Amino acid sequence: MSGFLLRLRQIARAMVGAPDYGAYLRHMRAHHPDQPVLSEVQLFRDRQEARYGGKNGGKCC
Amino acid sequence: MARHIPWILIAIVGAVALSVVAVSRGEAVNALWIVVAAVSSFLVAHRYYALYIARNVMRLDPARATPAIRRADGMDYVATDRAVLFGHHFAAIAGAGPLVGPVLAAQMGYLPGTLWIIAGVVLAGAVQDFMVLFISMRRDGKSLGELIRMEMGQVAGTIALFGAFMIMVIILAVLALIVVKALAESPWGMFTVAATVPLAIFMGVYTRWIRPGRIGEVSVLGLAGLLAAIVYGQSIAQSPLWGPAFTFTPVQLCWILIGYGAVASVLPVWLLLAPRDYLSTFLKIGAIAALAIGIVIMAPPLRMHAVTQFVHGGGPAWSGSLFPFLFITIACGAVSGFHALIASGTTPKLIASEADAPIIGYGAMLMEAFVAIMALVGASILDPGIYFTMNSPAAVIGTDAASAAAAVTAMGFPIAPDLILQTAKDVGEHSIISRAGGAPTLAVAMAEIFSHVVGGPAMKAFWYHFAILFEALFILTAVDAGTRAGRFMLQDLIALAVPGFKDTTSPLPGFVATGLCVAAWGFFLHQGVTDPLGGVNTLWPVFGISNQMLAAIALMLATAVLFRMKRDRYAWVTMVPTAWLLICTLSAGWLKLFSADPKVGFLAHAANFSEAAGRGAVLAPARSMAEMEKIIFNDRIDAALCGIFLAVVLSLIFFTIRACLAARRADQPTAREIPAALAAAE
Repeated sequence: MSGFLLRLRQIARAMVGAPDYGAYLRHMRAHHPDQPVLSEVQLFRDRQEARYGGKNGGKCC
Repeated sequence: MARHIPWILIAIVGAVALSVVAVSRGEAVNALWIVVAAVSSFLVAHRYYALYIARNVMRLDPARATPAIRRADGMDYVATDRAVLFGHHFAAIAGAGPLVGPVLAAQMGYLPGTLWIIAGVVLAGAVQDFMVLFISMRRDGKSLGELIRMEMGQVAGTIALFGAFMIMVIILAVLALIVVKALAESPWGMFTVAATVPLAIFMGVYTRWIRPGRIGEVSVLGLAGLLAAIVYGQSIAQSPLWGPAFTFTPVQLCWILIGYGAVASVLPVWLLLAPRDYLSTFLKIGAIAALAIGIVIMAPPLRMHAVTQFVHGGGPAWSGSLFPFLFITIACGAVSGFHALIASGTTPKLIASEADAPIIGYGAMLMEAFVAIMALVGASILDPGIYFTMNSPAAVIGTDAASAAAAVTAMGFPIAPDLILQTAKDVGEHSIISRAGGAPTLAVAMAEIFSHVVGGPAMKAFWYHFAILFEALFILTAVDAGTRAGRFMLQDLIALAVPGFKDTTSPLPGFVATGLCVAAWGFFLHQGVTDPLGGVNTLWPVFGISNQMLAAIALMLATAVLFRMKRDRYAWVTMVPTAWLLICTLSAGWLKLFSADPKVGFLAHAANFSEAAGRGAVLAPARSMAEMEKIIFNDRIDAALCGIFLAVVLSLIFFTIRACLAARRADQPTAREIPAALAAAE
């Protein structure tokens, strides 16, 4: 994918709160190399629950 | 100096456009003038006012670590590129509010609404979002309730939390009411919206097990399904078997929605809520962009008057005069208290640098105001006769084309019965009379604009139902997500009295809180649906008052924080909009309670009816003594609600003044920020 399309994809995913798995992996490697990492699917499910579970104040009017 | 020249030119263009809009009378003004006036005002405000606030009031420091840097965990706290974060934040704040309020406000003409949206967002709405983002960003991304507790004390925090819960209830009721108004007696609309439930469940299963996490893919599939549902909906509506099966009265729809809300909000999120949120978010962004492009291509003339006689009150869509009621009718789009919950939600945990805060906090709100401007333009390009036919209650204009045409013509907006029938036929509906709530009016306008660009008149019915579907879809998402959020707010509140109610190991408190939450908004929804004056008339002002009061609370928090930072001399930035919102909401709340005009004051209305009931008379629109009793009861509930909102705001004014006075007595800053040294070191 070209840079522009990649960026559009990132923005679209951010709009619905979907995680950036690459960023998560980079963070874990840099800061917690000793800890186990979630798989892409596990992270996706975890973030879905966190976003929609209701503790984030819901959607706007 | 040279760098200011382009901005001066933009300011001049904006000033010219604004004067064309404000001064022209008699000849038709092109809608693009409003768009140009708004866009140039927003650009200049962002370049100068947001920068002024960032540099002088907040003194943003790009070197200071944000929560996303300090507490980076790869999950909740992630430093995010600012274009990506702008998308995230805008998608979270833009909902149905900015599309509905301006449409309702058009009953006073396009000019008052335009001026209020532009001035309101620049001086109040965007300032509020930006300030709350700033305050939360400096405090590890804490939520509004926690921020108020930190800076103004425990009691103030609890009162604000309670106020926020009541506001949530009213928002859910009024949003659900809009869906009822749009889908009642409309089998085509009902079928397409109902079809989104199995469609979303399919999408949920797909993203859960078949291709986990592939949001783009599943959204394209979902969109194809939606378009098929709209196309197929026409034959369903015309079928003698299925047409009646998807035709519901408002009261039936009300119960369907209450049942839906109760069930949907306890299902696992991946099954229905998340996939429908994908659809509704992308559809919303796409429809907003398409509307902007459509308005520019079509460049339609404004057919609504600049100012109608209803600025003095007596309008059919909602009661009351321009001051204060215009300023609460257009809440979202000009200033929306609800955004304070978003700006202290996920966004401050994702912001990568303090330097990004102006474009996210201030900029995204300007974008929402632009959406509101487009909604106002949409309502104003319609024939005013059509507008008032759709937005007047049946109690005023009757239920058939002849009576509606006569009543609306008598208001001063000539229209022939044939045009009413033809418009309904064009958009594929049985009737467009008394379809209040804003959504159907906007859908007719969008059908007008889209069919001008793509497909011609033959596509009008398709575009109308597309617009209804897009509005209903994100309202249903909001109802579902809001019920979940309301449940947690309620559990927090009840836990203050009953420790252990927050316990998440037992499902019982969750079910009880969900049930109470649905019952609360369901009560107001039912009241609105059965309200002979159309419901929107009653509920929208209560919603507007509550939303603007939350904004006032957020701005009071910001004022207290500025005092506690020892930046008193800049506190006018938040004190001016706070004062204006307090004046508007307190006087609107007061009028809603005590106005002698029964069309405005709940208590006067109740007194009228109970006096009549006392002498055994039945007043229209009630048809029996039982209905009389119900109207009186509803009036008193609404009055009590207004009273609660007033009490919440008055007590927070007290806490704000107390916090500001204490801050002035202190000889050093008392704001409880994460210290800059700490933020830099970690």
